[in-house]
Amino acid sequence: MSTALTDTPLQSPNILRHWPLIALLLAAFIAVPAFAPVYVMEAILLPFLALALAGVGLNLLTGYGGQVSLGSAAFMAVGAFAAYNIQLRLALPLPVTILLSALTAAAVGLIFGLPSLRLRGFYLAVSTLAAQFFVQWALTKFGWFSNYSPSGVISSPSLTLLGYNLDGTTARYLLALSLVTLITLGVWAFTNGPLGNDLIAIRDNETAAQIIGVPVLKTKLVAFAISSAIIGVAGFLWAFTYLRTVEPAGFDHDRSFDVLFIIIIGGLATLRGAFLGAGLIVVFPLLLSRLSALAFGGMIDSGVLELVQRIILGTLIIAFLVAEPNGLAAILDRAKRRFARSI
Amino acid sequence: MSFLKRITTAALTVATLAAGHAAQADEQYFPLQSYRVGPYAAGGTGFFGGFIDYMTLINTRDGGVNGVKLVWDECETEYAVEKGVECYQRQKSHADIAAWNPLSVGIAYAMIDGVTADKAPLITVNHGRTDTTDGRVFPYVFPLLLNPYSETSGIVNYIASKEGGLESLKGKKIVVLYHGSPYGKETIPIYDLLAEKYGFTVVQIEVPHPGNEQGAQWLQIRREAPDYVVLRGWGVMNPVALTTAQRNGFPVDHIIGNVWSNSEEDALPAGDAAIGYTAITTQASGNQYPVLQEIIKTVYDAGQGNLSDKSRIGSVYHNLGIVNGILNVEAIRIAQAKFGNRTLTGDEVRWGFEHLQLTPARVKELGAENLFHSINVTFDNHEGEGYVTFQQWDGKKWNVVSDWIAPDWALLRPIITKSSEAYAAEKGLPIRTSEDADKVTQ
Repeated sequence: MSTALTDTPLQSPNILRHWPLIALLLAAFIAVPAFAPVYVMEAILLPFLALALAGVGLNLLTGYGGQVSLGSAAFMAVGAFAAYNIQLRLALPLPVTILLSALTAAAVGLIFGLPSLRLRGFYLAVSTLAAQFFVQWALTKFGWFSNYSPSGVISSPSLTLLGYNLDGTTARYLLALSLVTLITLGVWAFTNGPLGNDLIAIRDNETAAQIIGVPVLKTKLVAFAISSAIIGVAGFLWAFTYLRTVEPAGFDHDRSFDVLFIIIIGGLATLRGAFLGAGLIVVFPLLLSRLSALAFGGMIDSGVLELVQRIILGTLIIAFLVAEPNGLAAILDRAKRRFARSI
Repeated sequence: MSFLKRITTAALTVATLAAGHAAQADEQYFPLQSYRVGPYAAGGTGFFGGFIDYMTLINTRDGGVNGVKLVWDECETEYAVEKGVECYQRQKSHADIAAWNPLSVGIAYAMIDGVTADKAPLITVNHGRTDTTDGRVFPYVFPLLLNPYSETSGIVNYIASKEGGLESLKGKKIVVLYHGSPYGKETIPIYDLLAEKYGFTVVQIEVPHPGNEQGAQWLQIRREAPDYVVLRGWGVMNPVALTTAQRNGFPVDHIIGNVWSNSEEDALPAGDAAIGYTAITTQASGNQYPVLQEIIKTVYDAGQGNLSDKSRIGSVYHNLGIVNGILNVEAIRIAQAKFGNRTLTGDEVRWGFEHLQLTPARVKELGAENLFHSINVTFDNHEGEGYVTFQQWDGKKWNVVSDWIAPDWALLRPIITKSSEAYAAEKGLPIRTSEDADKVTQ
């Protein structure tokens, strides 16, 4: 529930300006675990956090860096499988496992980022799609990755930190929330730092950036590596804190498109866009399905109901984008300004 | 932010409303994580249609199971794991859950920890995680009738029976054409094991998903010149295999389909190329069985049927759903005999499943003679020794062409216990004894 993490205009260092963010974090860290039912944490907040973090990662690359990627789910898969294998074979403490799996995802991201030095736009998108298919194929093909599990689907091992078992719903939620908060703050610092500016310069005009001395190659590769590392952690969250099972088929290109839609709908090059977009993609369909189940449950074939929900969601997305091509983040900004003017 | 707040409020409201459906007296609830949309819809509509039709029959004809009415609702999963998990979280707040039947390996995997904590049975009829057969480690998971290993053994035993006995397998060559997915690869070690034991050669060839181009694979099969080809396919891969086999001159009556290559939807699109194709099944197709006739009379003629296309009554998936309905209802009935004719807890239903012993005579009483053979579940054998039979496609429908065949359970059991015991060690789980199995939470 950390949507307002970035309600932080740079020019106002005054801590009081951050009160909505602080209130939201307090609510997310204290009120939710205390009062929210298990369903809300398990079925809404955990997938929301994982996909929002993937959105933050992709937004760094696509929104800030202008490099389109259709391989997000592949990097999520790398993160999840790396964490599984590290935990299985090395039995390291949880934070080290997460760090190493993020590094693994970063390394794979670097390799698939190399074409970005030559390719742009659609051509780059297609080459990242290759990452998507290659990773899924490799994870299915080589049994080692899933520890020769006969069906290729693995249950995630238990999560422990300093002797505490984190398998309970609240513990998993807090773990996910802490990781998402820390990483989002890190990305916020990054995008407002010199490297972030370089990245934006490259996005806006690569030739001009090169002329003024921006190290284009290095910046692009760093962006690919960091973005993949973050998406890798999102994959860890998806598999270990949400589904509690890891399977290659769960990271197919549909998931990549989900992540891309999240940042497009939420708002490119904004941090809170990823959270708003994830809210729309994860939470909204659930609300719609529960409301329609309450309203028409049993009367209509559940398959028909599902298709109707998709039509409604699709129409809403188009409506949102027509009303504001810059995404939900821009709509939120406008609403806030209007609200500020009215008081 | 207010948007999210509203969402939380709405979600809370919805959750409260769901919890507010207070338990009415004497009902047993089936949460159905069905899939009627997406690539697996043919299987989902048939299976859940059959399951619902059977429960409707029990409610209308018998007034429920000993007076306990069966109720259910559906939550669409599209076969996707994360949707199935959401449905599980949503439906588990409902009171009086009897058993879960997701018909998806991925969803079942994601629910194992959850149902074990909830103490509610999870049924994966004809599929599922093979080592859950070992009920000593997985108290709440039931891969009823047939797990993938038994399927493999059943197919090899059938080929042996056609060749004149297991000894005649020596020197034969079998090609396994498998779907390039975890599901497809699951039986590779078992075919190798059986090949070694019976002295036949096995060549296993992968078809990458989705399998709509198999020229190279069938060229290789032509070179290998095997005696039989086992088709371990899924979806479009099956009809394409049959048509490509015809083009390469491989006799279709020497192609044996596995349990996910055995439906009308697999054979029909291949047209003439499928005539003579044979496939394994645990439940025969057709609507001549008394229980099917009663469903047509009591349910469909009253306009209560679940299938919108009545020509699918008695199809492979529909009959699997009906058999699944019989197994679930009988588990409840057996548990009621011990605990009383009332709404049971999930753990009591688990006890029922662990004593789900239906002899051929009992199956006949249920109007399902020759629809399926029998089942014999115990606390440590959650598959229950299901028999298999083989059906041949005549261009319009399937016809049974074999007796009921028993897989070689004794041979497979050590592999299964090795895997389940490794799982127990990894997770720190106890190995149950029969005394543990008789402790029931009321």
